[in-house]
Amino acid sequence: MLADKDRIFKNLYGQGDWGLEGARARGAWDGTKAIIEKGRDGIINEMKASGQRGRGGAGFPTGLKWSFMPKQPGERPQYLVINADESEPGTCKDREVMRNDPHLLVEGCLIASFAMGANHCYIYVRGEFIRERERLEAAVQQAYDAKLIGKNNIHGWDFDLVVHHGAGAYICGEETALLESLEGKKGQPRLKPPFPANVGLYGCPTTVNNVETIAQVPDIMRRGAAWFAGIGRHNNSGTKLYCISGHVERPCNVEENMGIPLRELIERHAGGVRGGWDNLLAVIPGGSSMPLVPAGPDQCDTLLMDFDGCRDKKSALGTAAVIVMDKSADIVKAMARISYFYKHESCGQCTPCREGMGWMWRVLERMAVGHAQKREIDMLMEVTTQIEGHTICAFGDGAAWPVQGLLRHFRPEIERRIDEYTRNAQPDAAAVAAE
Amino acid sequence: MTVRRLAEKQPPSFAFTPENLEWAKARMEKYPPGRQQSAVIPVLWKAQEQCGGWLPQKAMETTAELLAMPKIRVLEVATFYTMFNLSPVGKFHVQLCGTTPCVLRGADELKKVCRKMIGDQDHVTNDGLFSWTEVECLGACVNAPMVQINYDYYEDLTADSFSRILNDMSVGKTPKPGPQVDRLNSAPIGGQTTLLDKA
Repeated sequence: MLADKDRIFKNLYGQGDWGLEGARARGAWDGTKAIIEKGRDGIINEMKASGQRGRGGAGFPTGLKWSFMPKQPGERPQYLVINADESEPGTCKDREVMRNDPHLLVEGCLIASFAMGANHCYIYVRGEFIRERERLEAAVQQAYDAKLIGKNNIHGWDFDLVVHHGAGAYICGEETALLESLEGKKGQPRLKPPFPANVGLYGCPTTVNNVETIAQVPDIMRRGAAWFAGIGRHNNSGTKLYCISGHVERPCNVEENMGIPLRELIERHAGGVRGGWDNLLAVIPGGSSMPLVPAGPDQCDTLLMDFDGCRDKKSALGTAAVIVMDKSADIVKAMARISYFYKHESCGQCTPCREGMGWMWRVLERMAVGHAQKREIDMLMEVTTQIEGHTICAFGDGAAWPVQGLLRHFRPEIERRIDEYTRNAQPDAAAVAAE
Repeated sequence: MTVRRLAEKQPPSFAFTPENLEWAKARMEKYPPGRQQSAVIPVLWKAQEQCGGWLPQKAMETTAELLAMPKIRVLEVATFYTMFNLSPVGKFHVQLCGTTPCVLRGADELKKVCRKMIGDQDHVTNDGLFSWTEVECLGACVNAPMVQINYDYYEDLTADSFSRILNDMSVGKTPKPGPQVDRLNSAPIGGQTTLLDKA
């Protein structure tokens, strides 16, 4: 188990003071000037050496992403944008950072902005997080008042931080949709290329990073890349916030090392699966967009919670939001509800997504009660592959994968329901209806 | 995609209060010159607050004028983002999370409470106090099932505790937001398993 001294989010549960004094007591804003003095290349090289990969879902190496920003500042300003539009079902980690440890994020914003030559940073908070936004705005104000950020601050890098918010659109978690939304438009993703590092916010070079990614930066810089890289496995280094929800005894958020076995994670921190490990039916390891992993010796029993570990089970770490389902769960209904979520949240820009989401949802709702034909299972699989990879953004993929996961692992269950429905159908139902 | 249309019955006019207008102008300053359109969501949100929780067409048009945007662009934004209510809501507007992690822990029971105590979805009670709507994941999944009432999250609910909260609100009390069971925010029930070292 990760030692408490190696945890980054020491106020994860809000047991201490979220404000500047409390944050300072926990080590935030300590030696920030020395970090800045390492210079842009120094910071980026340290981030590369730490092996940190983005915590927002895609897992792109952070240092590499920062290095895409123009080295020589041109006429256009450069921007850092923080993606705090946390909306992936199952995920509730960034919320804890914003309300309980906001100074780690503010400090991380300063360091990251300096490393990419940005003097302005926007934090895009999802609209529903009203109290969290108030907390974050208060922390930003504290930082301004203490001259930690702002013009002529004590760190010697002019830096303005603005907390912006959305109004309830999941798609704004996609980075280009987020930029559109920040520009005051509908949140519809942009075609790439050009990538945001060249043409982003207001047409200027922009990097978009997740809250947890940036909040980890100050500690990585303070304790050194070797410390961070020494936790977890090669290519999957560091600590991670896990959200354990669903059918466990004690759902919770917890910070653990990358690569922790799923079973250990659930049993040590969440009190185990309801009714014991043998009562497990399946987990979704990385937020609702990722394929589920069923119970079993080659599946959940040996699942390691990191990027490569989840990939080995044909799923993905995503946001590390573990949704646990025990044997009492109606798995088809649960996935149908996830499909409804995607139907509701599709931005409507690409036809395969806009039309496909509703189509998948309706078929799954029928399959949940068995009111379907067995040939429709293959047809549904075929449709998911026609959505996946045929849309502007990854939303289409993220909606197709959970359905594919269901069909891959629970086809017998769907067939059983179809058989049962057929068996219970009244042979002369048509005649009854006619009377 | 969701189909969202403006309410049929609209108030004849809208104007920002002086404080809100000042607030909106300060908000526009936070973006680069000529990029005041960026403030559209915060300003519309302020307008919605001023109108008692919903957004009339005149408020959108006033916002468009303020931000020097074509009206249709503001209308697009207001209909795209689902937190803008296009018709009136109750004084206490309940947004019930109905996505899978909450359903696994009993969101359907909460829906029954809403139907019993408030009535149909998107319908305001006769006394104007309550309305409810099912929304997608609100991002408090380890505290499921949960609802958002106006600005606050009420978490770890049961049918009983949720009914009690609604009852309290109807008689003017202010129930405590956050988890409704004995736990500290998102820590496990029964106490933390980590961060126990007193460093």
